[in-house]
Amino acid sequence: MKRVYVNEEWCLGCHLCEYNCAFANSGMQDMALALKGKPIYPRIHIEEGEKISYAVSCRHCEDPICVRSCIAGAISKEGGVVKIDRDKCVSCFTCILVCPYGALAPGEDGVMQKCELCLQNSCGEPACVKGCPNRAIVYEERGEEA
Amino acid sequence: MRRYVIIGNGISAVNCIEGIRSVDAEGRITVISGEKHPAYCRPLISYLLEDRTDQKRMQYRDPGFYDRMGCEMLYGRKAVRIDKEDKKVELYDGTLQPYDVLCVAAGSHPFVPRLNGLDAVEKKFSFTTLDDALALEQAVDKDSKVLIVGAGMIGLKCAECLAERVSEITVCDLADHVLPTFLDFECASYVQKRLEEHGISFALGDSVEHFGKDPSSGKNEAVLKSGTVLPFDVLVLAIGARANASLVKDIGGAGERGIAVDECMRTSIQDIYAAGDCTESTDVSCGDRKLLSNLPNAAMQGYVAGVNMAGGSAVFDKAIMMNSISFFGLHSMTAGTYTGELFEEKTDTSVKRLYTENDLLKGFVLIGTSDRAGIYTSMIRNRTPLSSVDFEMMKKAATTAAFSAGARERMFGGTV
Ligand SMILES: Cc1cc2nc3c(=O)[nH]c(=O)nc-3n(C[C@H](O)[C@H](O)[C@H](O)COP(=O)(O)OP(=O)(O)OC[C@H]3O[C@@H](n4cnc5c(N)ncnc54)[C@H](O)[C@@H]3O)c2cc1C
Ligand code: SF4
Ligand code: SF4
Repeated sequence: MKRVYVNEEWCLGCHLCEYNCAFANSGMQDMALALKGKPIYPRIHIEEGEKISYAVSCRHCEDPICVRSCIAGAISKEGGVVKIDRDKCVSCFTCILVCPYGALAPGEDGVMQKCELCLQNSCGEPACVKGCPNRAIVYEERGEEA
Repeated sequence: MRRYVIIGNGISAVNCIEGIRSVDAEGRITVISGEKHPAYCRPLISYLLEDRTDQKRMQYRDPGFYDRMGCEMLYGRKAVRIDKEDKKVELYDGTLQPYDVLCVAAGSHPFVPRLNGLDAVEKKFSFTTLDDALALEQAVDKDSKVLIVGAGMIGLKCAECLAERVSEITVCDLADHVLPTFLDFECASYVQKRLEEHGISFALGDSVEHFGKDPSSGKNEAVLKSGTVLPFDVLVLAIGARANASLVKDIGGAGERGIAVDECMRTSIQDIYAAGDCTESTDVSCGDRKLLSNLPNAAMQGYVAGVNMAGGSAVFDKAIMMNSISFFGLHSMTAGTYTGELFEEKTDTSVKRLYTENDLLKGFVLIGTSDRAGIYTSMIRNRTPLSSVDFEMMKKAATTAAFSAGARERMFGGTV
């Protein structure tokens, strides 16, 4: 299955992916209208160390601990993609408590959201990958589960 | 064709079914479900009374689940005895269910203490099942005075969900602070304050001496040890839970407070597995054997039990106590064991506590701050040596950037 992978060496730490993600999931046509002057709630975030930066989004784990831990049965895995049914989520944050990658965060409405590889929005392929100016994020197949 | 029987139909049972079916598509699965409902999300009963979910959305799986999994469902039936020699489960109505492999996923039951005058209280409830929640909903109205005995997670969740529905709520507990199993006095004060801001009153460090009636009004009242008299209309008892371990312990199965299981979820009895709140297992954050009742553990244990019951191989050896709970928007997270050296960071609205010992993160408390907490949790569960990470950086915020380049490559370079 294709997943999102990052290349630390090439990441500029420009945070563009966060904006592209928030825009792709906003359902709006105009980026400025969607994001300008507002706090953004992306499903990808930049981690920054002293000399490094890289983007983190859901790993779509083979045995996802978030799926088993969700107290509302709101997270499931279908065809390799770990999805969240935001209608069922009750914002308990148990998934944040267990995800080893820090890949979940609440949206503006307080309801949990996570990367679903842009398969559920109009983008159709990860907007973070498409918009990365330095190809530091890629969408590709790397070793498959049995 | 193997015959699987599962006692219980909660979170661990559903995951057990999924574990079995990941290995064996053919075997016959019979589920003995004490409750009359398909599995629902037990922690959501309070959200139901707040209208933050409904009975349809709070279903744990979709309506086609049991059919798709090929399960024979025995709803509203209780197992009373296991015959380990003949490998049969006896039900309350006397019928027998033969098994090749059995999983006991019976959860826990609320502990109801003997209290003077309790029998005479008409409107009294526990708060652990969907039926409890629906009955409580019927019993209260906007004029009700509610007394909740027990300031643990369940008592407080009940208080939160009734806050908008009733006129007064008082929570009483022997402990001098709320959430005594998770928090100390100082941390608990943040949570208590939030609840008080929403009109909930507390009688802490006190306990019910007896229940009686006010002679003039005929209303119920609770007389506390301190002498305080609390009038009430509706009583909720949320004192604690006891593991449903007797089915296995009665036939010689090992265990103190719960059914003892190993990392494959085997009990001490041949071909009997157990999972979820009815079990006791090893807490990897301290090495002790204990009840580790929470939903994530129940789900992971259930799945592992199912895989092993069907002849596959899976282990669950990373259980810890962990909990994430919110009250009126204030999130509290706790995990592991609170021993060793303490790092603390406090503001007026948040607390972060990290406990470290012998080069390991042992536990944490996070109130009003929760970003990426799972990175801390996974360090406890995986026993990640602190010397292998930049822990000074990690103290400021949970971040995978504090891991070594090699560890980051393993986490982000391929499939995990
Ligand atoms: C109000 C409330 C809030 C909670 N909030 C949280 C939370 O926020 N986070 C968290 O991690 N956990 C929470 N929990 C705990 C969580 O619900 C449990 O840890 C979890 O449900 C355990 O799953 P289980 O499968 O072991 O047991 P259960 O889900 O309790 O299922 C056991 C089932 O077995 C049935 N049964 C028992 N004996 C028999 C018998 N002899 N024959 C047939 N059937 C039988 C019972 O009727 C029950 O349906 C909460 C619990 C409550 C009550
Ligand atoms: S949210 Fe976290 S635990 Fe869940 S699949 Fe994504 S990376 Fe894995
Ligand atoms: S916050 Fe939502 S998605 Fe996450 S565990 Fe709670 S209910 Fe599930």
